[in-house]
Amino acid sequence: MRPSIALLRKDLLLERRAPEAIPAMLLFSVTTFVLFHFGLGRDEVAGQLAAGVLTVTLLFAAILGINRLFVAEQEEGGFDGVLLAPIDRTALFVAKAAGLFLFLALVELVAVAAFAILLLGPSPWPGLPGLVLVLALLNVALAVVGALVSALAIRTRARDLIVPIVALPLLTPALIAAARATAPLFDAAGASGPPTKWLAVLALYDLVFGLLAYAVFDFLLED
Amino acid sequence: MYGKGLRALSLATFAALTATFALVFFYAPLDADQGFIQKIFYVHVPVAIVTLCAYVLGAIFAALHLRTRDRRWDLRSYVVIHIALIFNILGLLTGAIWAKASWGHWWVWDEPTLVSFLIVFLLFATYQPLRFSIEDPERQARYASVFAIMAGAFVPLNFVAVRAATAYVHPRVLGTTNGGLPSQMALVFVLAIVAMALLFALLCCYEIAAKQTRWQLRALRRRLLGSDAVAPLGRSAAPSLGEPARGGSVTRAPRNPAEAAS
Repeated sequence: MRPSIALLRKDLLLERRAPEAIPAMLLFSVTTFVLFHFGLGRDEVAGQLAAGVLTVTLLFAAILGINRLFVAEQEEGGFDGVLLAPIDRTALFVAKAAGLFLFLALVELVAVAAFAILLLGPSPWPGLPGLVLVLALLNVALAVVGALVSALAIRTRARDLIVPIVALPLLTPALIAAARATAPLFDAAGASGPPTKWLAVLALYDLVFGLLAYAVFDFLLED
Repeated sequence: MYGKGLRALSLATFAALTATFALVFFYAPLDADQGFIQKIFYVHVPVAIVTLCAYVLGAIFAALHLRTRDRRWDLRSYVVIHIALIFNILGLLTGAIWAKASWGHWWVWDEPTLVSFLIVFLLFATYQPLRFSIEDPERQARYASVFAIMAGAFVPLNFVAVRAATAYVHPRVLGTTNGGLPSQMALVFVLAIVAMALLFALLCCYEIAAKQTRWQLRALRRRLLGSDAVAPLGRSAAPSLGEPARGGSVTRAPRNPAEAAS
């Protein structure tokens, strides 16, 4: 566990000294909300539409972060460092997934507020606890799949092309569940809790892909 | 010798397909609601079932490749996913035709099987670009196996999510007991699945045999004409395990007469 924490601390320090992924994801999210306002031709959204706008925006913002996740390792020899160190290689996966989770949480802190101000029709407060739960589960999905896809794509020729075309279909079930679970929270007639069916699907997705990615990550770091 | 048993498998597939189509047209009863168009069911559903099973099979082969480090498993995984992708397109097209005929639209979103099928197709369509963008053959095989395992696990999970998201429109032929499928139809349907599975296996065997023959031919040309006479392979999405210094698992012809005699 300690190597993971050390690697995570390294990533957080890097992001604090030279902010790169978080500001980009944040600006991207807010710009996308503005684009949705003009693209949909609406001042306010509610219900399923609001849930879709929010979750799709966060998914695309996550793609930006996923693209950058291993760039430092690739360019500055971090992979060699991990391979040479007497630690489990999955420590890197755990650190990267945890880092991406934290990045996404920070981005959502601002992006959800911006969404509530710019686009959301009904008040966000009644549905907030449910929203935190859904977004936490969605972030786990984005983090584990994102860390794996990022490691898969980093040493290919077409890195920034491979990440979205692989990650988007792979994350479709998580997006379906998150968007459906969020919809009742933004209902114009008054928020109700997120349906347990969708929370269960999302949790199942997290569990299956978390374990699977943990199991196969080793094979991506061999040379 | 490559392609052992291909002739027998070809004949069996031909017989099974002919028998299936004969029974579909002359034996299976007409559907009371949909009439003749319902007969596409005997192509569409078996193709879909074989496709999904093949994706899972590709994942199992990929796991075996990672476990044993035998590149032949990567070749099998590649070929299975390759043919399954073609079957997947066939399933999407027949599904669209059936949807147009029975519901009046080429595409129906509230139909979980078709939608999951599209998502699975979109995911597996990235398998070849991923392979193509990795040059080192060993790493290509390894990364492709990791992808195949994730994607294979994705197939059932995706079905759970999409099915939960949509109302039931699609006929549930296998879900309920006896499914409302008359015994005559069920018999033809089972035969159609067997025929499609045979066709799938046959195509896979052909592709593997063709690839191995091509590699052997290259190896022979290299030995006879010298390595300059054989142009190096370009970048490829396909596994290349017959090339020299890239895994010695392929059976090679003996190098000289003395070796052949021993």
